[in-house]
Amino acid sequence: MSANIPDDIPLSRPDAEHLYRGLLGQLKFALLADPEIQIAGLASGGAWLAKRLASDLGLVHFGVINVSFHRDDYQDKGVRAIQRAEFMSTTLPFDVEGATIVLVDDVLDTGRTVRAALNELFDYGRPKKVELAVLADRHRRELPVDATYKGAKVELGSQQILVLEQLPDGRFEFNMESKKSN
Amino acid sequence: MVALNLIWKVKNQIRLLIEGGFGPINRLAKLGCGRSSLSSFDNEKLKRKIHIMTPNLHALDAEDANSGAKSQFNNQGNLQHLLTLEGLPKETLLHILDTAEQFVSVTSLKREVKKVPLLRGKSVFNLFFENSTRTRTTFEIAAKRLSADVINLDIQTSSTAKGESVLDTIDNLVAMQADIFIVRHKTSGASANIARHVPPHVHVINAGDGTNQHPTQGLLDLFTMRHFKKDISQLKVAIIGDVIHSRVAKSNIYGLATLGCKDIRVIGPKTLLPSQIDLQGVRVFHDLSDGLAGVDVVMTLRIQKERMAHGQVPEGEDFFKEWGLTSERLAQADAQAIVMHPGPMNRGIEIASEVADGPQSVILKQVTFGIAVRMAVMSIIASN
Repeated sequence: MSANIPDDIPLSRPDAEHLYRGLLGQLKFALLADPEIQIAGLASGGAWLAKRLASDLGLVHFGVINVSFHRDDYQDKGVRAIQRAEFMSTTLPFDVEGATIVLVDDVLDTGRTVRAALNELFDYGRPKKVELAVLADRHRRELPVDATYKGAKVELGSQQILVLEQLPDGRFEFNMESKKSN
Repeated sequence: MVALNLIWKVKNQIRLLIEGGFGPINRLAKLGCGRSSLSSFDNEKLKRKIHIMTPNLHALDAEDANSGAKSQFNNQGNLQHLLTLEGLPKETLLHILDTAEQFVSVTSLKREVKKVPLLRGKSVFNLFFENSTRTRTTFEIAAKRLSADVINLDIQTSSTAKGESVLDTIDNLVAMQADIFIVRHKTSGASANIARHVPPHVHVINAGDGTNQHPTQGLLDLFTMRHFKKDISQLKVAIIGDVIHSRVAKSNIYGLATLGCKDIRVIGPKTLLPSQIDLQGVRVFHDLSDGLAGVDVVMTLRIQKERMAHGQVPEGEDFFKEWGLTSERLAQADAQAIVMHPGPMNRGIEIASEVADGPQSVILKQVTFGIAVRMAVMSIIASN
């Protein structure tokens, strides 16, 4: 398991486009079962994903969720976190009350961001059901959270982080970066 | 005998300091025989002594009022207090405005819970030694929307009215685990003085000190200008009326200059304008039409009678005739110009109702944006 993997050797970089196609297929299937599904991406990587998914799935709109107000590391990181979300305010162009909503994010790691996203979502109403779709699952959970739909599980060194980027032509790419020590 | 003589000397020294305010201490410090030569403990005791004997902080001088620029940052270079816009770096200013942008969404109609948990468990104390409705209320709403506990002190019936010194009041509130003080005081430099006094985990926001600064009003005005007019560096901004007594005008002028505004005009009678404004890009006009020509932003100010001598300006209708903002006069400005006023507004004195309620007025938007801006300031300083 991950404990045997040295931190300084980069592991192979996950192919974001490959993971995206897998995730898209799962969501197409989910939409057949429930055509009323709404999707909402977590700013900022998840929001890019949600935008492309909405277009590929033929959805009329998608939501964006900014988790900054509910982060649990505000006391350490302060409002720098609010800045990082690159001015994407929460916008939910559908009625949250009673809706089935799939949250979309690029990487699921500790589960803390998802906890914050649920809090933010519930400030807008009481959904009927909330699911989670992620491109990559690092399965290092610190909270009881799991993804309903996932591109793949990925194995990384503990000091490595995955950063999603969108290329000018719209395709996705994962970059591996070393965790900055604060 | 020697001992008595010494006591008399010390007493005399303290009296000198009280009479002359902090100036003498600062000057002594510059000569290398004041603060620097006293141990910090002795110095603290000396300062205390002075405050006990001058409960309303009247011992402050201009040097103290302007020292806020340095003392609002902590040792790590982060904003610990907000005391003045003078000397506040551009990146800090933009960081506050950008953060406020995010907080506007907290009050969006779609959001059922108009509250976020960033300041949960923190205590915010409103200390208004001078009256205020708008500023105190918007600070209270802002703190509550951040989930802080808000305590409004009724100064008129508090211990201060019974003779307790301001800094003793502050010490007591710190002992009650206060996290943020919002301070308004008629003495310039009062909040800077309190900021220097409090322990490092406590934060002070200046909500108006004398005729010195009102930084959150300046920030909300800049936010409003940026919202309606985008690029502040390209704007022509006119400030009309009682500029000399206006802490709002001062905060605005410094903030505008920092954001690169190249055309700032102050318009009014000679008695209400500073004799010189030594900031690049600020021009003085004594003719309303000349000053308003082509401007993008028109800001009118209230005549602060409480801060001036009788007969300093024409009163009421006479002032309106010469300096009141009417739609006829507003027509000199750019057709898309916005009209601002920090409130409280005196209709028929500095501004005509037709303008205050007209399509170019953004006066009530200023009030609304004030909440988001104050949320941004509180959440930024509280995390530093």
